[in-house]
Amino acid sequence: MILSEQKHFDEIIAYLEKDQSVFIMGCKGCAQSSGSGGPKQVEEMKNKLTEAGKKVTGTKAVDFLCEKALIKSELKGKIEQLKAADSVLVLTCGIGVQCVAAAVNKPVYPGCNTVNLGGSRGEWEGSERCFECGQCLLFHTGGICPLTACTKSLVSGACGGANNGKCEISKDRDCGWELIYNRLKAKGQLNRLADMMKPLDHKKIMPRPEMMGTPKYGLENPPKVEASPAPPANPAKEVK
Amino acid sequence: MSLQSRLESGQFAISCEFGPLKGTDTHEIKENIEVLKGKVDAANVTDQQSSVMRLSGLITASLCVQGGLEPIFQMTCRDRNRIALQSDLLGAWVMGIKNVLALTGDLPALGDHPQAKGVFDLDSVTLLSAITRLNEGFDMSGNELKGKPAFFPGAVVKVESNTEASTELQIAKMQKKIAAGAKFFQTQAVYDPKSFEKFMKRVEKFKVPVMMGIIPLKNAGFAKFMNANVAGIRVPDDLIQKMSAAAKEDREKTGIQIAADLIKKMKPMCQGVHIMAIGWEKKVPQIMALAGL
Repeated sequence: MILSEQKHFDEIIAYLEKDQSVFIMGCKGCAQSSGSGGPKQVEEMKNKLTEAGKKVTGTKAVDFLCEKALIKSELKGKIEQLKAADSVLVLTCGIGVQCVAAAVNKPVYPGCNTVNLGGSRGEWEGSERCFECGQCLLFHTGGICPLTACTKSLVSGACGGANNGKCEISKDRDCGWELIYNRLKAKGQLNRLADMMKPLDHKKIMPRPEMMGTPKYGLENPPKVEASPAPPANPAKEVK
Repeated sequence: MSLQSRLESGQFAISCEFGPLKGTDTHEIKENIEVLKGKVDAANVTDQQSSVMRLSGLITASLCVQGGLEPIFQMTCRDRNRIALQSDLLGAWVMGIKNVLALTGDLPALGDHPQAKGVFDLDSVTLLSAITRLNEGFDMSGNELKGKPAFFPGAVVKVESNTEASTELQIAKMQKKIAAGAKFFQTQAVYDPKSFEKFMKRVEKFKVPVMMGIIPLKNAGFAKFMNANVAGIRVPDDLIQKMSAAAKEDREKTGIQIAADLIKKMKPMCQGVHIMAIGWEKKVPQIMALAGL
């Protein structure tokens, strides 16, 4: 899941400064779980904006706002309300905002900030996090990722900042390298501490160019909503 | 005699450190240079210490060279990627800077620009490897340099750790730093000769000079603050009591005397001393005289 939290209301009101009317959208997926943009929060936002003097022309919380085909079908009964609005406020992660912006020919504003989960993918109980670095280092570190466990993502070992096993950034956060040391010790692998590590290859951490050219990365065929502006050319197609 | 020749010929070396200030006023830097030149062998110039934005360390180290005080240019990996680090190193050599102390650096979140991006493209060990490679005439990608430096690279190590993992990680990393090219070490401040002796017994086989760190105590509160907040510093209770017992007008004298006594006690165990005076830079010659240096 993608974690999002609502922006401060002052920031949202500032976006809507020149707009008299607004249509609000939410999502019953991650945004609902995050408590930032489910039906309940959409309703609350409607009341707050009305109180602040804005006209809310309509609202809609879609099952998964990241599915553009779904947005279009779910909005069918709301076309008039949508047309009456100066802009659309979307209470979801950045993907939902981008999907609505691509599907609707109106100014679209984000009502939430998407929170960086530091390598967490999905929501589950556990401390394992993957950095998606493209150069897995777990062989050297007892199966604990130094990129996510260490605040500085150090590959060569601990800095001098740990105190009583805790990171200098917070007394609630374990020093990642002390966790690695204890794990290696338990496994009889302390010799791994002498491994000389290369600096990270940041080229591998960036999404690959060939990946960015595929539909998987999000460069889909043009959305088929008439109101939407002309989509950019698909570079993947041009290559062929 | 340069820091390098002193340490390489086995003579006891003395360094101190000062940080550039926030702003363009360089009076204090120039005053410190005048007081310290000819007294200490070299002076560390800190690199945006504690992640607080200040005048560039590279420029301040250049001012030291111009003023006749040999600098030890501290270089952290917090603010520069590998391109900028290598470029600044080449620049440092051109400006006559020979000693570089490679550090990972504090997190920006702890400083006065907590919103800043912490770079950490390299860390202290890989920065040392990069310095070694530049000394060989190549950059990190293997491209040949036109004109190469001959830096004397150093690193830091923490003597006091309060967990087994931390102690062992410090020693393991010290070995990696040596493998990557560190030619000398400065330690975090030490106040307990017994734990320093224990530490030195473990690391003397590495045959790399170690300069013991010391911060003169300013008052009891200062010592307690460091104990609570600075990783790797442990001021024993008897020293804190000595500071508490001193009358207000004698505190400075007591703090300086304690530092001098500790240097005397630990001098035979190591190859140099690094005095971090934190605002008392002009008192360094006094500490040295009391310590018999």
